[in-house]
Amino acid sequence: MQVPPSAGMDTFPQLLIRNAREWGDRPAYREKDLGIWQSWTWREVLGEVRKLSLGLKSLGCKEGDKVAVIGANRPHLYWVFAAVQALGGIPIPVYSDSVAEEIGYVLGHAEVRFAVVEDQEQVDKLLEMSEKLPLLEHIIYEDPKGLRDYDHTSLHRYLSVQEAGQTLLDNDEKLADDWFDAVNAGKSEDVAVILYTSGTTGRPKGVMLTFNNLVVAVQNANKFDNLDENADTVAYLPMAWVGDHVFSYAQCLTAGYCVNCPEGPETVSIDRKEIAPTYMFAPPRVFEGMLTHITVRMEDAGKMKKKLFDYFLAYANQVGERILNGEKVSLFERMKYAVGEFCVYGPLKNEMGFSRVRVAYTAGEAIGPEIFKFYRSIGLNLKQLYGQTESSVFITSQPDGQIYADTVGVPMPDVEVKIAESGEVMYRSPGAFLGYYKNDEATKDTKTEDGWVHTGDAGMFLENGHLKIIDRAKDVGKLTDGSMFAPKYIENKLKFFPNIKEAVTFGNERDYVCAFVNIDLVAVGNWAERNNIAYASYQELAAHPDVYKTIQSHVDQVNKDLSEEPMMAGAQIKRFLVLHKELDPDDGELTRTQKVRRNFVADRYAPLIEAFYAGETSKHVVTEVTFEDGRQGTIEATVEIRDMDTHSTKAMSAIGEAAE
Amino acid sequence: MTVMDPTLEEVKKRAEEREVLLDLENVSLSFGGVKAITNISFNIKKGEIRAIIGPNGAGKTSMLNVINGFYQPQEGVITFNGEKRRSMKPHLAVSQGIARTFQNVALFKGMSTLDNIMAGRATRMKQNLFWQMLYWGPAQREEIEHRKKVEEIIDFLEIQHIRRTPVGTLPYGLQKRVELARALAMEPELLLLDEPMAGMNLEEKEDMSRFILDVNDQLGTTIALIEHDMGVVMDLSDRVVVLDYGRKIADGVPEEVQSNPEVIDAYLGVSH
Repeated sequence: MQVPPSAGMDTFPQLLIRNAREWGDRPAYREKDLGIWQSWTWREVLGEVRKLSLGLKSLGCKEGDKVAVIGANRPHLYWVFAAVQALGGIPIPVYSDSVAEEIGYVLGHAEVRFAVVEDQEQVDKLLEMSEKLPLLEHIIYEDPKGLRDYDHTSLHRYLSVQEAGQTLLDNDEKLADDWFDAVNAGKSEDVAVILYTSGTTGRPKGVMLTFNNLVVAVQNANKFDNLDENADTVAYLPMAWVGDHVFSYAQCLTAGYCVNCPEGPETVSIDRKEIAPTYMFAPPRVFEGMLTHITVRMEDAGKMKKKLFDYFLAYANQVGERILNGEKVSLFERMKYAVGEFCVYGPLKNEMGFSRVRVAYTAGEAIGPEIFKFYRSIGLNLKQLYGQTESSVFITSQPDGQIYADTVGVPMPDVEVKIAESGEVMYRSPGAFLGYYKNDEATKDTKTEDGWVHTGDAGMFLENGHLKIIDRAKDVGKLTDGSMFAPKYIENKLKFFPNIKEAVTFGNERDYVCAFVNIDLVAVGNWAERNNIAYASYQELAAHPDVYKTIQSHVDQVNKDLSEEPMMAGAQIKRFLVLHKELDPDDGELTRTQKVRRNFVADRYAPLIEAFYAGETSKHVVTEVTFEDGRQGTIEATVEIRDMDTHSTKAMSAIGEAAE
Repeated sequence: MTVMDPTLEEVKKRAEEREVLLDLENVSLSFGGVKAITNISFNIKKGEIRAIIGPNGAGKTSMLNVINGFYQPQEGVITFNGEKRRSMKPHLAVSQGIARTFQNVALFKGMSTLDNIMAGRATRMKQNLFWQMLYWGPAQREEIEHRKKVEEIIDFLEIQHIRRTPVGTLPYGLQKRVELARALAMEPELLLLDEPMAGMNLEEKEDMSRFILDVNDQLGTTIALIEHDMGVVMDLSDRVVVLDYGRKIADGVPEEVQSNPEVIDAYLGVSH
């Protein structure tokens, strides 16, 4: 294929042409299929995208059309973005695990005409909603399994759309040039993508990001971390999430690096180990999960191995982070650390697929300081960043060498951050979104006339210039005695314990703070196995007296920590219970990105909250649940409520004052 | 694009149009004085899902054992693909295109999923042990070809994540799926499934049903299945044969069988 000599660098299709010219033979996308890594070079990707783009055009896709993309991370689906953008259309990635109604809402709101989906599962959902989506004309699917007998009048196979595009190309020599001309006509101020936020409250909103937003924000980020075409990443987070759109599409096209797609959601850890990415991103729960997994496995290891592991991890805790930060470390310490690297840290990182990582990010939620420190001490350059969909991800990030577990770093280049009088964090940046799609009111509420965007997060700048996020601004409340109540802040402290998977606290305009706790079935289940405790379900294990005892000790530790912080000392947890069911997105208790929908949970479990403040010690509840196949059912349980002692703040604050 | 449920007549007509793949005529099997199967005749047609049901001890598993040559019936004629036979060995059945899974999972527990499925292709390998051990030339090419086929099955049954896991450590539902994979690796014309969903939870049953339909639909494999879950049987199968005390008491499409008084008696129990 002839790659035209010049192209702008304003839009992603233009960048794709540049990449095909500059790095034509370098791998752009890889996917593991039938047990083997298949790869596509930049030149091949350009060819695939062009075929697809022309095929879509022949189906009637034109400038301004919205195209939904629904499925797991597959190279073929990433190419749809570029193929649609090349025609002047707007791709809209949708969460693939959403139920039919949720998908129906987004597609209806966005007035989608085309949908490119992964497989039968998604096709079925769209057909189910087809009556409510009169504008949806064509569905294109990638995996034909199970779809042979479907009516194919408006259903097309991805491959046949591409073939149609190729046939057009073969028959008309001018078409290729026309397509390149159309790509070059793309402007940086055009809307590149609409990303629907999963929304902890209300209906999802469509965030419109322009090419300029994404390209500039991402170029700055590439510079910040020296990312170039030699990087490798693994794409495994939902495609509809801004993080994946940036890391696996925008940054990849801008820097020219290679994105690797795993075989399936269950094989991610195996595939990551094989690829050994150099740049990676994971929400804290992934890092927590990996650490839990390793801890559990080390419990089963031989005595010698376990000793070695414990010894060197303790040593890493002393010097590892100093070495990573480039501080002064003696030769002896370095040598001993090198031995540890050989015996423990190296194999450990290899097992987790971190052997080649140069930069790893975590964001989305606060990460436990212990977990954060563990990964950094074994030599993984793990950093935190702060961002949101509306900002094309990057607001603040931690520069190499200035890493603190409780902050999210300093503003990225070209980003201005200020704290409003209400305590809310606000920013102004080239990445700041154009507006919400078809929702001017929400846009006005979020973005001021002079470009400042409300994040909705309460935060503060520390003396070293780093930003610290406390909680969602609207969630921060007060107890009746006037002390500050930041629910997320307390919940995060609880969740840092491996045994606790999720926690929800209540206390706004109440006399004291109460907490729901979800145990972590992996960690607690393993403990139960070791202690010969038999259980048949989550519910049974959650109600076990020994489990309660363990959780109680964790809550006590959190109270102790809180008592040491003058601002938070009043908000210690007085009463808690271990919830009889796991919070689940299918029941609407969590968002699709696994964040707690606080108000919804409060409504759903209102009787339990009443019981908290009525002083009851146990409560019988019946809860409706949605099973994985969509059927409804109920579970009932008698939940025990425990009281906690709070720690006095006096002694600690005296020391605090003396220190100041 | 809704799929209408076909009427009873349509179902019957479709069943009649199909070609007979396996035909059993007056088959009887006894162990000493115990009559396991008495004078049973029925057929399995190409491309259908045929269920064999009946209460415990009705002779269902014996029936499968007769079909795949593990038991030799004393009387009767079996015609498979136009070839008549009364006695043969199981490995001959395999080479003729009959594969099966077992009521109790019968995998090589210490071997990985991949190796178990590869074992399913053993009868199709042409190179001898010596060349296979050298893994060179034609033996290598052959192995790669077989591996490709196995990977397609792994993809089909969505078990990529357990490719390298020893099957002994897998949950039951997955072991059953691996067993199905191994049977499929033989590329059978007729697949015998002995209680593929026994001991599974609802979710696993749904997955397994999906895979059985997919195998039948996408690969065109004829399936004979023994199953106790009536919901599954009625939903999946094209025709059902009902056995009780070694005799055939009913044979037909699910709706017919369900309303047959003798079948209801056999399941609910009447005094004999």
